[in-house]
Amino acid sequence: MSADLTELYQQVILDHNKRPRNRGKLPTANRIAHGDNPTCGDQCSVYLRLDGDRIAEISFDGSGCAISQASASLMTTQLKGKSPADAEKLYHEFHHIVTTGETPEEISDLAAFAGVHTFPARIKCATLGWHAALNALKNDPATTTTESHVD
Amino acid sequence: MPTFAVTTSAANANPEPGTRNSEPARLAPTWPTVRADFPTLHQQVHGKPLVYLDNAATAHKPQVVIDTLSHFYERDNANVHRGLHALSMRATDAYEGARARVAKFINAADPAEIVFTRGTTESINLVAASWGGANLRKGDVILLTEMEHHSNLVPWQLIAARTGATLRFVPVLGANAEGGLDLASLDALLTPEVKLFAFTHVSNTLGTINPAAELCAAARIRGIVTLIDGAQSVGHMPVDVRAIGCDFYAFSAHKMAGTTGLGVLYGRQPLLDAMPPYQGGGGMIAQVEYTTSRWKPSPERFEAGTPNFADAAALAAACDYLDALDRAEIARHDSALAQYAYDQLATLPGIRLLGPAKNRSGLVSFAFADVHAHDVVTFADEDGIALRGGHHCNQPLMKKLGLTSTTRASFYVYNTEQEVDALVASLRRILKFFGAS
Repeated sequence: MSADLTELYQQVILDHNKRPRNRGKLPTANRIAHGDNPTCGDQCSVYLRLDGDRIAEISFDGSGCAISQASASLMTTQLKGKSPADAEKLYHEFHHIVTTGETPEEISDLAAFAGVHTFPARIKCATLGWHAALNALKNDPATTTTESHVD
Repeated sequence: MPTFAVTTSAANANPEPGTRNSEPARLAPTWPTVRADFPTLHQQVHGKPLVYLDNAATAHKPQVVIDTLSHFYERDNANVHRGLHALSMRATDAYEGARARVAKFINAADPAEIVFTRGTTESINLVAASWGGANLRKGDVILLTEMEHHSNLVPWQLIAARTGATLRFVPVLGANAEGGLDLASLDALLTPEVKLFAFTHVSNTLGTINPAAELCAAARIRGIVTLIDGAQSVGHMPVDVRAIGCDFYAFSAHKMAGTTGLGVLYGRQPLLDAMPPYQGGGGMIAQVEYTTSRWKPSPERFEAGTPNFADAAALAAACDYLDALDRAEIARHDSALAQYAYDQLATLPGIRLLGPAKNRSGLVSFAFADVHAHDVVTFADEDGIALRGGHHCNQPLMKKLGLTSTTRASFYVYNTEQEVDALVASLRRILKFFGAS
């Protein structure tokens, strides 16, 4: 197997794909948003409960490739307890990682997605869940599609 | 001219005495040197020899087709029709010659029944907008099938919304669509409200070959107009539009060894002659006043603007190439390879194979319980294998089957049994990597 491929499918990603965290509907959610990628049919719904300025609970549901599912799973572990402003900041860090392959100095599980940058067609897979989460935080329930934003 | 040598018998038709029966039947290469005709095949992808199994999306072009296109631009390029100079006359001859060649290729009664379009999609949109706009009313029904590509679904949705007609669908049978169309339901579905029946000859997702002549006969005795989406059939099997008995037949050049940007609409003359123009412009008019115009007869009526004469010339070369290989032989080759692939893939753990178990066209579509199609395609690409993963422009069918995507391997004249073996070996590695086996 090539080095690029091993880099793309890191152990962290395989693990989250096989055993997704926080998967399923959240009965107590007060914010829900849905994302889809019309090119490949990937779907991701994000459910979260916002208590004041804090994401108290978050989950996701959907179907798609290992990259999209692992990314959404990992995202839920990163966003729990954060404020919407922190979430936005983390997304920008993540976006930088998947588009450039450059990882931040501090240790972060998000760095597992650095290999995505050598597969440009897969960047939309990695960011699908994040777009849904940010829409939920903006209380914009309209379906976000990967065709309506720029990665 | 093609450089292949034709062999006539399958290798294992008469096994040598002592051949072990447990050995899987090996397919003889149908045309041992045919790969030499296709320059794109001879390259490495990620350091591996290219194994191109995405032919249902677009097929590669033999050198003779590429040469015909470049020679046209190098020697004959000029706009067709009305031209009185030498190059324009040559270009017109090439274009009208291609029309006659295509008519012969599908056994149309007359070259005037061949309209050149941009592709299968535009051919269907032309009929939906022109024939549908003139003939469909509120209360009418357009009968489709559940296995249509979006290109034979969305144009009908658009014209239904404009005219007040509604859509009805012939069901697909089986949890994996292995049963094909529900032919027993046809009588009940072909009610007097049905004005048009449009269906695919070969499913791009399932590999099902529909009984086109039988379906057209059922429609014709009720006076229902028929349209066939032939994108996956022309170039893969003998197609005789008069034997099939359809009113319209649509296909694309680029899936049958021709070049991109050109499609064909076959229409029976009386229907085409009664249809209003699809687009307006030069080339399609008999006389123009400031406020009104009169149209030329078909096919020119439906070819407004400068037509795609260069790709038409290349398509004529593609027709010659495929006829030299013999389309009945191509059908046998594609089908045998797909059957071999189907049987080999069936040995993989957790695989779900779609479409018929026997008598399939040259493609196989499958899904794994634990590995998504896009991960499969990315991994296979690293092995130099080109596949397609996704909904294959067949979203409603996917939904019905409880799938969001499948992986598809589709074959053409140059594919070999060894390439299928490479695919299966690659898939085994993928399943192992994802811990699914």
